[in-house]
Amino acid sequence: MNPMPVSVSYSELLRLTWPEIAVTLAGILILALDLTVLRRASLAARLRSGVAIACAGCIAALFLLGYSDAFASLPGSMLVITPLTHVVQMALLALAIFTLLLSFSIRFTSHIGEYFALILFATVAMMFLVATQNLLLIFVALEFLSLSLYILTGFDKHSRQSAEAALKYFLFGGMSAGFLLFGMSLLYGLSGSIELPKIAAALSGPAPGPGYDPLLWVAIVMVAIGFGFKIAAAPFHLWAPDAYQGAPTVSAGFLASSSKVASFFIFAQVVAVALAPVAGSGAARAYTPGWVPTLILIAALSMVVGNLAALAQTSLRRLLAYSAIGHAGYMLLGIIAHSPRGLSALLYYVITYALAVVGAFGVLGALESEGIDRIADLAGLSKRAPGLALCLLIFLLSLAGIPPLSGFFAKFYIFSAALESEPHLGLLWLILLAVAMSAVSLYYYLRVLKAAYVAPAPLDQPKLRIAPATRLTLWILAALVVLVGCAPSLLLNSLGIR
Amino acid sequence: MLAWTIYASFLGALAARLAPSKQLARILALLTALAGFAISLTALAHWQPGQFVTVADIPWIPQLGIHYHLAADGISLTLLLLTGIAATAGILFSWNINERTQEFFAFYLVLIGGVYGVFLSFDLFLLFAFYEIAIIPKYFLIAIWGSVPRDAAPGKEGSQREYAAMKLALYSFAGSALVLAGMVAAWVLSGSATGVHTLSLDALAHANFSPHFQMWAFPMVFLGFAVLAGMWPFHTWAPTGHAAAPTAASMLLAGVVMKLGAYGCLRVAMMLFPAGLNPWGFHVLGFSSWRDVIAVLAIIGIVYGASVALVQRDFKFVIGYSSVSHMGFVLLGLMTLTQIGLDGAVLQMFSHGIIAGLLFAVVGRMVYDRTHTRQLSELKPMGLAHVIPFAAVTFILAAMASIGMPGFSGFVAEFQILVGAWRTLPSMAVVAGIGILVGIAFTWRALTTVFFGERAAHTAPGHDHPLPPITLPEKLGSLLLLAATLIVGLYPTILTRLILPSLNSPLFAGLRNGAWR
Repeated sequence: MNPMPVSVSYSELLRLTWPEIAVTLAGILILALDLTVLRRASLAARLRSGVAIACAGCIAALFLLGYSDAFASLPGSMLVITPLTHVVQMALLALAIFTLLLSFSIRFTSHIGEYFALILFATVAMMFLVATQNLLLIFVALEFLSLSLYILTGFDKHSRQSAEAALKYFLFGGMSAGFLLFGMSLLYGLSGSIELPKIAAALSGPAPGPGYDPLLWVAIVMVAIGFGFKIAAAPFHLWAPDAYQGAPTVSAGFLASSSKVASFFIFAQVVAVALAPVAGSGAARAYTPGWVPTLILIAALSMVVGNLAALAQTSLRRLLAYSAIGHAGYMLLGIIAHSPRGLSALLYYVITYALAVVGAFGVLGALESEGIDRIADLAGLSKRAPGLALCLLIFLLSLAGIPPLSGFFAKFYIFSAALESEPHLGLLWLILLAVAMSAVSLYYYLRVLKAAYVAPAPLDQPKLRIAPATRLTLWILAALVVLVGCAPSLLLNSLGIR
Repeated sequence: MLAWTIYASFLGALAARLAPSKQLARILALLTALAGFAISLTALAHWQPGQFVTVADIPWIPQLGIHYHLAADGISLTLLLLTGIAATAGILFSWNINERTQEFFAFYLVLIGGVYGVFLSFDLFLLFAFYEIAIIPKYFLIAIWGSVPRDAAPGKEGSQREYAAMKLALYSFAGSALVLAGMVAAWVLSGSATGVHTLSLDALAHANFSPHFQMWAFPMVFLGFAVLAGMWPFHTWAPTGHAAAPTAASMLLAGVVMKLGAYGCLRVAMMLFPAGLNPWGFHVLGFSSWRDVIAVLAIIGIVYGASVALVQRDFKFVIGYSSVSHMGFVLLGLMTLTQIGLDGAVLQMFSHGIIAGLLFAVVGRMVYDRTHTRQLSELKPMGLAHVIPFAAVTFILAAMASIGMPGFSGFVAEFQILVGAWRTLPSMAVVAGIGILVGIAFTWRALTTVFFGERAAHTAPGHDHPLPPITLPEKLGSLLLLAATLIVGLYPTILTRLILPSLNSPLFAGLRNGAWR
């Protein structure tokens, strides 16, 4: 049961992790400069230089990713690089860049260096998270990510809400880490390995048949709970609305987009690679125990709870949080499919979702100076800021799944991948539930748009002034949402399906 | 060339939104609509009977076998023509929109573009995408520019139309959710044997889905589309939506959007899953197939819609419920499963699109925008026939077309449907006939009350402050619609020569079961 001693070639490690190193260096550089040279500079100058360095680091990493090997791995599955992980890493970097560009006008803190460094460190953690198939490294990267996110959530030191949100997020997150670690330790105990492929080999070994080791079921449930917290799936979602509402807008957008992409990808890897032999089935008349039925339960619950609870929200952020829970339910369908098409559908969904959510939070951030948080506060937005209203329209309709925006194809793709995974349309009931819930979701998205477009503007409110960088970023995001929706092949080609 | 109906509409929407002045936006919108109309007229002129035109067929999402496939057969062309006419007339009748004009025409043209797209799509995915594109503009058109009934509580004027708009959007979206589920299932099954998936309507029509699958997929998809076609009891969005919408949007809703639903029923549900119409092999409450169920719902729609229209107090609701009744004929025609019945159904889609547009134009634009009331009791003492005679004449002609007078398109269509129904569903034909009688009654009632009421001198608006005269755009729009219904009524071959060969094409082979009855 002893894991093999692993010898790592450090030159190889260095060569393969150049992108991560670039981002880390940028983070350290920002910290150093902000504490030394820029100490006496104005807030605006520090913001500008911070964003510039951070973006430069991310762009450098993007280039390095483009030139690195398509396939590579380190012993012990420490680092497993495939074209798919490259795509996910690129998406994470792009999302980080968008988040940075949207934080040009943050006003809630004077600790600029720390703030940008934390965003970059979180990005590094996510890049490692998606490129490893080793339980230990997964856990370390996940905790690194979580710690950065806890701090980002509580970064607004003048706001009690922010502190409350961070504390809630931290307590729930810490507990979920405990569950996850327990599940992982059981997996290690059962298989004698911490490498995902070897766990799979050990589990499928001497043909255990259904009803084998009960500890395995405990492990599956623990892992599902642990990741369920991270992706904010019901019933482990309770932290999400508070965190989304209390966190500074930029942090909330980051939390809702990037960390979703990374967590979903690694969740899919863990269950689809390591637990492949014990998938089971949730088909209507062919139920077999395994992790698939467990996830089906979580997915169905998330869709229902998230979408129904969102109906009753009056706060925009809470509405987005509950809709995120609903979307987590749809995304789980991609994992449930456990096929190459399912994985590609999941990635398409989560990446396009992240684009729309970063955009939606970007719009909220632009409105922050007006103190807008309730849906009714949006009244007259289409008059006061037509461009911003149009961007909001595009992002929300994409989330609702209206063509030709990317959210529509994402839904179609993930539904068909899930339905295809069982013979005889076995998962039809789940797809019908998902489709019904997505019809429900149109109501609350339209409520927001109604406020922005239909409700008359309160009298003598001036036109909104929006920073040019914010405006440009939002337009780029909106254009991407439309473009990827009109030509899904652009993204699909790099997601491993031809 | 036909594809430019779609592109022109979307480009026109953009141009109208960016237009610096309101007048320019109107003119741009009118030119766009005229372009679409001209393109479909040109296609009509060059059309060979039985022709099937592929406009574009390029791989769009090759990973899933989805094509950007635009094509037209005779049925599509009929409805393209309808869209062109209704869109042009709608813009003429919304010439007086003064609030957020640019946005109005932008939403309007996006809706038109989506409608053209549905009628031209020959890939189910594409069709569905266009179908959903049409939903959102409908919501905003009603919620922002909707008309408000007089009896709305003060301060609540907005909530009524927002309610109607949201109801319409949610009904449409719920219906399309059913269609989406059917589409996903069809996609999965299309590749279950070969691994090559497709959503091409042509390929799916020949895919030989298992009868068991068709038996549940058919009612699901049919219902999804029929919601938008105003099938009883899922029609309730229609009267409230029509009544709350601005005139042009009512004209489009009744004129073309309800046709989207009926077209989907025929083109998707019936063409792809024809075995769903076969008998179940057992009886439940006297029903032995989905066909019986739908035919009975259609009949209920015809009679119920007409009866409810008979007792409405609001002029716009009268026309709103009449739409439910007339769309019941379309669904009945589809369920006859005879060549003549189906031909009548498609013709009725065209005919009702024109006539309903005309009726809503009179009610919403000519009468309501001048008198600011839609209550029959308040319109009665005005004796409008003397005040705005043009509106009265238009309404009389439209009413004649609506009740199925020979010489108008409504007669040709409903007659064919009744003949078809008489052959295969005789008892239903009798009930539908009763529906026609009730239809005459409510039309007569509306006509006499609104236009030929006893003119009371003290309330007549003509005396102290005369009503604005009928404008030129209104006259042009009315003439366009009247000409369309008269031409088709007097010379129906102009459309039936398009429709019949398409019904006899291999696409509908599954529906014919060998031969038409």
